Amino acid sequence: MTIPFNNPDRPNSYIGKTVPRPNAAKLVQGRGRYVDDIVLPRMLHVAFSRSTVAHAKIGTIDLEEAKAVKGVVRIFTGADLAEVCSPWVAVLAHLKGLKSPPQHPLAVDRACWVGEPVVAVVATTRAAAEEAASMVIVDFEELPAVTDTMTALDKDAPVIHPDLGDNLAFRRLHEAGDVDAAFETAHKVVSASFRTARHTGVTLEPRSILVDWNPAEGQMTAYHATQAPHMMQTVFAKHLDIPESRVRVICGDVGGSYGIKVHVYPDEVATAAMAKVMGRPIKFIADRLESYTTDIHARDHEIEAKIAVDADGKILAMDVDDWTGIGPYSVYPRTSAIEGNQVVNLCGGPYDFANYRAQTSVVFQNKTPTCQYRAVGHPIAVAITEGLVDMAAAAIGMDPVEIRRRNMYADDAYPATSPANMKFESLSHHASMDKLTEMMDYDALRADQTEARKQGKYRGIGIASFIELTNPSPFMYGIGGARISAQDGCTVRMDPDGSVVALSGVTEQGQGTEAMLSQVVAEGVGVDPSNVRVITGDTQVTPYGGGTWASRGAGIGGEAALQAARALRASILEVAAAMLQADAGRLDIRDGQVVDMDSGEERMPLAELGRIVYFRGDTLPKDLPRELVQTRHFITMEYPFAFTNGVQASYLEVDTDTGVVTLLKHWCVEDCGRVINPQLVDEQIRGGIVQGLGGALYEEIHYDEDGQLLNGSMADYLVPMAAEMPDMQVGHVETPTKESELGAKGAGEAGTAGAPAAVMNAINDALRPLGAQVTEMPFTPERILRALGKLQD
Amino acid sequence: MTEMFRDKVDVSLTVNGEPVEARVPAGQHMIDFLRLELGLTGAHASCEHGVCGACTIRVDDDAVRGCLMLAAQADGTEVWTIEGLTDTNAIRDLQEAFVVRNALQCGFCTPGMLVAAEELLSKGGTPSRAEIREHLSGNYCRCTGYEAIIDAVESVAQGRAGKGKA
Ligand code: FES
Ligand code: FES
Repeated sequence: MTIPFNNPDRPNSYIGKTVPRPNAAKLVQGRGRYVDDIVLPRMLHVAFSRSTVAHAKIGTIDLEEAKAVKGVVRIFTGADLAEVCSPWVAVLAHLKGLKSPPQHPLAVDRACWVGEPVVAVVATTRAAAEEAASMVIVDFEELPAVTDTMTALDKDAPVIHPDLGDNLAFRRLHEAGDVDAAFETAHKVVSASFRTARHTGVTLEPRSILVDWNPAEGQMTAYHATQAPHMMQTVFAKHLDIPESRVRVICGDVGGSYGIKVHVYPDEVATAAMAKVMGRPIKFIADRLESYTTDIHARDHEIEAKIAVDADGKILAMDVDDWTGIGPYSVYPRTSAIEGNQVVNLCGGPYDFANYRAQTSVVFQNKTPTCQYRAVGHPIAVAITEGLVDMAAAAIGMDPVEIRRRNMYADDAYPATSPANMKFESLSHHASMDKLTEMMDYDALRADQTEARKQGKYRGIGIASFIELTNPSPFMYGIGGARISAQDGCTVRMDPDGSVVALSGVTEQGQGTEAMLSQVVAEGVGVDPSNVRVITGDTQVTPYGGGTWASRGAGIGGEAALQAARALRASILEVAAAMLQADAGRLDIRDGQVVDMDSGEERMPLAELGRIVYFRGDTLPKDLPRELVQTRHFITMEYPFAFTNGVQASYLEVDTDTGVVTLLKHWCVEDCGRVINPQLVDEQIRGGIVQGLGGALYEEIHYDEDGQLLNGSMADYLVPMAAEMPDMQVGHVETPTKESELGAKGAGEAGTAGAPAAVMNAINDALRPLGAQVTEMPFTPERILRALGKLQD
Repeated sequence: MTEMFRDKVDVSLTVNGEPVEARVPAGQHMIDFLRLELGLTGAHASCEHGVCGACTIRVDDDAVRGCLMLAAQADGTEVWTIEGLTDTNAIRDLQEAFVVRNALQCGFCTPGMLVAAEELLSKGGTPSRAEIREHLSGNYCRCTGYEAIIDAVESVAQGRAGKGKA
């Protein structure tokens, strides 16, 4: 029996409703349990002495003073840990040509970025560990550093890893159609350079891990703020030479992730290695400077791109040349080539056109490693695409909404394959655009803009359509050889009191995974969501799964939960049918009661069925199956990814004297398939939008030319705060994926994907009468004043 | 050792209504004292230099950053953390509004955000959205995008004002 989702009055209709999050109450009461809140007997603390230079040979290491600090128990160097931990190489077979050198938990011979861990000090208190770490004296013999992306491949550039031959980590060229011919004959060609700044995630909870090794049991337990517990289990097992079955990763409350906490960090692996050596629990909590110098960075791209259109505004061709610098190592195990690869995959995404060329060049440099961060590659691809589309519209005097309508895939054109070879099952660009223009009252807003202009105010409207990759199949990592599960599982069981427990391989990072699972399971079984307890984030307890990344929690984890819940429902009804001497097909479970399907008449509470099964099983027929535990797994098979789509709009005002941008309002229409919990989805979108707005207006990691990170504090790396952020209106079009019964696609990254482009286009819309244009993010007052010619030199 | 150069300081204060006497390291921050010595892990340490507001606690009626205050400075003060404010039901309406409006995701900012919001609400009146945004502009939240938080605080302000009138 399938669930009639379109009938809101169906029994147990929790899917599609805003139900409260089971874990919210404890968090508002300060009863969350984050890694730093956990204290274990005999626990020690580690602090790291890190490279102070961008590139250096490691000379002598003087530990005398550090050892003298009261409370220090042991100090480890790179050579010490190399004996107990094997190095890793972050490449994937399907990213052809990707190369990266072996990486150790602590630098062994060479330090390659400012912040790379070199020496680890273990002490009885964090204060003592930090004090001693600051007294470690490392003789850094400086080597020439590569800091500029665009010159990293020049002949005279120093090669960071001589064994690799050059500084090129990865390059991919994709070409479809006859690009050059299309450009030659086009009515109009518009080209531009874009730049997106280096960002980092700035999770409020820093990276955190507490690892305990119990030599008596040969078991490692890591309490880890991570998005992917099973992946980390595999990594610890492999590199510390422990059977995978003897590594348990527990992920309790996590204070924000956004992709930051899905990677393998050398200091975290070092913490595990040292715990194993010492046989005592060791805790590592990054401080804020460490967060800035060692959390992965992202989005450091420089792009030259052009678009060709005909006189009617039809897109004829796009050509994109993307460069990115990823630091000295590709990050394990997902690699640092994915972001550039996504730019190639996603540019031009909403539009039906034929001739497309895109190349990404991914180079090594002596800066913090970059890797996947919320909306991986999307904000860059959307900025390039939507920036060019707006410029083309302006060049031919067409309205920005109109040019998009003329080029977006028709809503009935699916399935479709893009010139970048992305396969779309079903998208809704036109319906989404219609909804957006209606929500924002586009014509009225244009009138307001004109009115404002008369008063000397420069207001702008920016539109950004986008596609977003969610629900990844093994095509993302698995086929490249990474042990990262694209499948996920859920075990659902009924206990004697009739309550239900769901154990899932996807994890909670605050986005509401547990609420989503509770309502899916509640509907699938037929109980109230408050009677479903959800357990996630424990590799010893939950089914094996991928965790939370690439917007897969609801689409993959949710479907596994639904199928497990439906299977449990069937088992319950089989027992009920025997007890009631009824036909199982004529029974249903509603609100914790077995009822007669047609009349709704209550036949038996689940607690009574539980009592009989668990305590008076002797009264049931001998052959009757009574398995009140069911497990199901789900993996997508037909499409490599479930693409979603959406469109955002920004309305803002630029002060042309100060260059300050004031965000007036923001809109987003998004199609993530079936919406399981409208409130949670909307808040994911809003949070994502603001993260994108940060990238558009404030966020930028600065380095000097020697590779020193210049703004490693929250006072210097600006993030969006409440006072500057706009209110956001969110709307939906629902095109469920047919790959699953649930029909959900991902929603967590759409906001971040489209917001920067919407803001860029709005600023340029405001500045167009003044002949100014900005394409380098973030759009700081300085950059805007320069574009206006009010600041020179 | 002279009085000036003591490295331990005796303090006597109340925390969540209970008397606390302790000898604290002179350089220990209030947030660490609460978390490490008293086991009050509700307030969080994040930036540890006064920018993010995750460590916000109430000291003598003011919202104070626990990472900028020394435990030694707390002598004679009345300190409230999220745990005590919860136990006394002092901000129950605000906590409920946060849950109903989903004004939290990971929850790491939430205890500090609640204390900061209560400081504004305790002044009475119904602050505008802009005033709420301004008052909370020292509390960083990476997850929510703030709008839900502003909604929740606004609804409590309106609710309390309505109750005052009734
Ligand atoms: S930890 Fe105190 S303000 Fe950030
Ligand atoms: S809820 Fe995560 S930082 Fe605010």
